[in-house]
Amino acid sequence: MSTETVALGTRRGRAGKSDRRGRRFFIGTAWTVASFAIGVILWQVVAALGVEGIPGPLTVLRRGIEMIQSGLLIGDLLASLGRVVAGFVIGIAVAVPAGFLVGWYPVVRKLTEPWIQFLRTIPPLAMIPLVIVIAGIGEAPKVWIIFLAAFLSSVIATIQGVTSVDSVLINAARVLGASNMTIFLRVVVPASTPFILVGMRIGLGASWATLVAAELVAAQQGLGYRMQQAQIYYDLPTIFVSLITIGILGYAMDRLLLSLEHKLVGWQDGGRK
Amino acid sequence: MSALEIPLDTKISFRNVRKTFTVRDSEFVALDDVSLDVGDGEFVTIVGPSGCGKSTLLTIAAGLTESTTGSAYVDGKPVQGPDPDRGVIFQQYALFPWLTVRKNVEFGPSLKRVPRARRRQIAQHFIDLVGLTDFADALPKMLSGGMKQRAALARAYAADPKVLLMDEPFGAIDALTRVRLQEQLLETWGNDRRTVLFITHDVDEAVFLANRVVVMASRPGRIRDVVEIDLPYPRTADTRLTPEFVALRERVWRGVYDQ
Repeated sequence: MSTETVALGTRRGRAGKSDRRGRRFFIGTAWTVASFAIGVILWQVVAALGVEGIPGPLTVLRRGIEMIQSGLLIGDLLASLGRVVAGFVIGIAVAVPAGFLVGWYPVVRKLTEPWIQFLRTIPPLAMIPLVIVIAGIGEAPKVWIIFLAAFLSSVIATIQGVTSVDSVLINAARVLGASNMTIFLRVVVPASTPFILVGMRIGLGASWATLVAAELVAAQQGLGYRMQQAQIYYDLPTIFVSLITIGILGYAMDRLLLSLEHKLVGWQDGGRK
Repeated sequence: MSALEIPLDTKISFRNVRKTFTVRDSEFVALDDVSLDVGDGEFVTIVGPSGCGKSTLLTIAAGLTESTTGSAYVDGKPVQGPDPDRGVIFQQYALFPWLTVRKNVEFGPSLKRVPRARRRQIAQHFIDLVGLTDFADALPKMLSGGMKQRAALARAYAADPKVLLMDEPFGAIDALTRVRLQEQLLETWGNDRRTVLFITHDVDEAVFLANRVVVMASRPGRIRDVVEIDLPYPRTADTRLTPEFVALRERVWRGVYDQ
């Protein structure tokens, strides 16, 4: 293979790929729009048939606009987002170093493994009464619950990442003269990054999942709190607006993590990309 | 046994190496009393059926496995753990998948705190040597098996080892590419005469490459025969067709398979 053909081949390949990628993106978007439109139409049909209490898309849209104009939705959104982000970020910040420690040192692993296996079987929501007693009813208990949810899934993923690093890569570094610290920083950390990112995505899902329940604890604001209030007054449109907002926020944050994943672990062979 | 009994021009020695594994309460003898000397600048291949302990022998020389009794020596000093003086090539390539070819090759020099500019220079030299100039900034996932193994070779050369320990390096590579890699490896070896210990299960490959072929037998793993390959270098595709080559290959073949 001559240098020239390789270079030409690459250039042509790249141009062709971006064309194809553009078209694929367009087709993908078209399918998404179609799927969305069909969903909204079905929703309208179900609402028009008069299924008990279900508001139509237009009613929900109108309520959404009202809630935006009154500032209610933004306030709830920021309150909820603040709790999720705080709990999630603290959870990851503690889970990743802890996971490395447990995964890397067999002694620490043997001592902590039974506890982690035991604690993970307790749903974070079951901790609510305990957390209220300890942390009161301010912001702290809500962040605590979300922290627990994010921490547990991320710490387990990190441990798994560290313990499943291919031993041949560790040996390759050792025979080149790497010290244990170098192996940890330059082999174990990058090799376990894909696991950590998967753990973060699961942790984010768990954070949103616990949000509503966490906001049952004497909140004054928040999407979960708003739904609780709406339930008392049989106000279905408000519940729908809150649900859709939670869905959109969760989806956006998941996409954010996914693009981080593509950037950080694009070196992985195969996969869905 | 003392290291003094090792002949002076010897690079790698195994002295009464025994390695046993305990599998479910029963003892399995992977290597039984293996002694072998590899001379400075020599190319020795070890061939044998699977389970004869040939890879275990290599990992003992690499310092990645400890022998049960007996020792491996390099330059007369007993092997204690891995050392950049002993470069290892693995069958699974073992490139760091998150680093480009260039960064992989720079890994060894970077550990020795070689300045960045010099590191680049060294990496470029060995990337060119193995013919990966156009793929220096590619990630391993974009390379074929043969290219990955050439990148792994460049990485090993860049650490400037005194000996190369190669563990079935071409085992997972297609036949045609394998022949090319063998010829390239011999060419490089012809230039620098770096001692090579090469493990393979391919009789043809063992005879084609080596000054000496060590034939091993299994259960327990031991040396069965040592065959001198007095074919002249450089060896080419034609070498494989000579009656001498065919005869040597047959002898090694019998040693491996009439067990």
